Amino acid sequence: MTLTAQRTETPRRTGRSARRVRHGLATHRWPLAPWLFLLPALAAVVLMVLLPFVNTLGISFTDATLLRGGQFVGWENFRQMFADERFSTALLNSTLYTLCVVPFMVVLPLILATLVSRAERLAGFFRTTMYLPVIMSPVVVGLIWTNMLDQRGLVNEVLGTLHAVTEPVPFLSDRWLLLFSAMFVTIWTGLGYYMIVYLAALVNIDRSLYDAAAVDGAGVVRTFLSITVPGVRSTMALISVLSSVAAFRVFGEIYVLTGGTGGVGGGDITMTMLIQREGTGLQARTGYASAISVFMFVIVGGMLLVQLIMQRKQRTS
Amino acid sequence: MFSFSSHAPPAKGNRGRRPKRLGTIAQYLILTLMTVLMAGPLLWQLSLSLKSSGESLYERPPRLLPEHPTWHNFVAVLDRIPVPHYFLNSLLVAGMAVIGNVVGATCAGYALGKLRFRGRGVATAVFVAALLVPGEIVLISQFLLVRNAGLANTLVGVVLPTIVAALNVLLMRNAFASLPAEFDEAAIVDGANVWQRFIRVSLPQVKGVITVVAIFSFIGSWNDFLWPLIVLSDESNYTLTVGLNRLRGTFYSDPRLVAAGTIIALIPIVAFFAILQRYFFRGLEEGGLKG
Repeated sequence: MTLTAQRTETPRRTGRSARRVRHGLATHRWPLAPWLFLLPALAAVVLMVLLPFVNTLGISFTDATLLRGGQFVGWENFRQMFADERFSTALLNSTLYTLCVVPFMVVLPLILATLVSRAERLAGFFRTTMYLPVIMSPVVVGLIWTNMLDQRGLVNEVLGTLHAVTEPVPFLSDRWLLLFSAMFVTIWTGLGYYMIVYLAALVNIDRSLYDAAAVDGAGVVRTFLSITVPGVRSTMALISVLSSVAAFRVFGEIYVLTGGTGGVGGGDITMTMLIQREGTGLQARTGYASAISVFMFVIVGGMLLVQLIMQRKQRTS
Repeated sequence: MFSFSSHAPPAKGNRGRRPKRLGTIAQYLILTLMTVLMAGPLLWQLSLSLKSSGESLYERPPRLLPEHPTWHNFVAVLDRIPVPHYFLNSLLVAGMAVIGNVVGATCAGYALGKLRFRGRGVATAVFVAALLVPGEIVLISQFLLVRNAGLANTLVGVVLPTIVAALNVLLMRNAFASLPAEFDEAAIVDGANVWQRFIRVSLPQVKGVITVVAIFSFIGSWNDFLWPLIVLSDESNYTLTVGLNRLRGTFYSDPRLVAAGTIIALIPIVAFFAILQRYFFRGLEEGGLKG
């Protein structure tokens, strides 16, 4: 995700002669050799990603359906899109999703990583338990939480036992509660992943800073805020972008929790779900679905571009 | 010692100690709470799946241990959903994804990381560009492409979009590029050709990263849901995730069966994780997000 383009793989030698010496040692004789090595991957990526991308751009300006090619209609699809109520619902839901999920994904895993890294012998155990949901399919996660959050599921039973509620909370049928439940499930799944990322970053913080803070009598919170947080600032920025992209693209959790319906009256539909609905099936309007895809690309691609630029900057500074 | 510290007013040197112990208690309290939150739902599914149909699920307070544990729910799920068949389909798709990604990404990564040739920059840029295109955006076009190739509703069609992921190519490129040049130069002087150097010199040094690529390709493919949902239309071709989604509709009325289904789905992936755990974490830390 992040390892993208590291530019400087070999330390640059100074002077022209040094470079000429390196060039003198040809890495291969047959000029086509590197391209043979590249062929399978290049073919896969160009055929399955870049061409479909160009095609998406193209058909977003047509009225194509699944069964017929379609005519050029200019900006018509985009005009329709902004007038479409489902589109505004999906955009609102996906945006809300991102805004609510990301702060948790940035802060909670860092606190957990700090606690786990100091747990000494039990660190491995905690790390493993929290990572477990990460490797589970969104479908399985969705099914588990469907069972948990049902009218008569464990959560409602526990709340009932504690007399916290008088009647079951409609986690899976109320529009907003369902959206928040799905957000919770996303956070539940993602915590472990970002915690591992933070754990790797924490290792790089100079230990002597912590010792100095301890000598100065700084408390846990103070140490966390003035040493840990600045020490992993770049990782925090990275995670905020990565989790934004992931949250905006949400599909599996919502799909399974709503049983594929997108909630009552489609009130819980997300951007990805809208694309899936519009673009597949016999009634599919592929042109229109592509227009929505293009809109989504502008947002998500923009976020990813920000991340790439951030990484470049870090490397050069 | 103990009586001294409990009776005497806290001395200056002792100041940091008590908050520290309190801090440790708070630390383990939070961690235990989190463990319950993470593992609890899984344990509850396990408990539900073992409860017999005569046992009430709605006792207050809820009871974790089943009164009369039974395998009945598992048998019932296997009866109604061809889980082993879906399992095999998923395994086939994941297997193809692993082979495709390992071979494709390793070869391409070697060319980009170790060979000097005109056009290397452009080739790298192609993979970076592909990385910027999220799957959902090209979903419809990919489907049209796969359908026109006559591969809709086939397992090959399921694996095609992820047969070589750009991310893995760049991961391998970085692995090869970070190897010291000396071995390679020595081998060149000895007259080894590209293929020999690739196989004998460079490949053994990046085994760890290849394992990471393999594992994450497997997991990614195994858990994928949206794409197989779109490509596969015949129930007999379903992968496990798409097949399991039927649990939501079919058995909605009986949480025991849904739970049994999730447990069946979880066993292989948890076993896989347990066996290869150290590679997971090493992969995340190494490949991972070093920025």
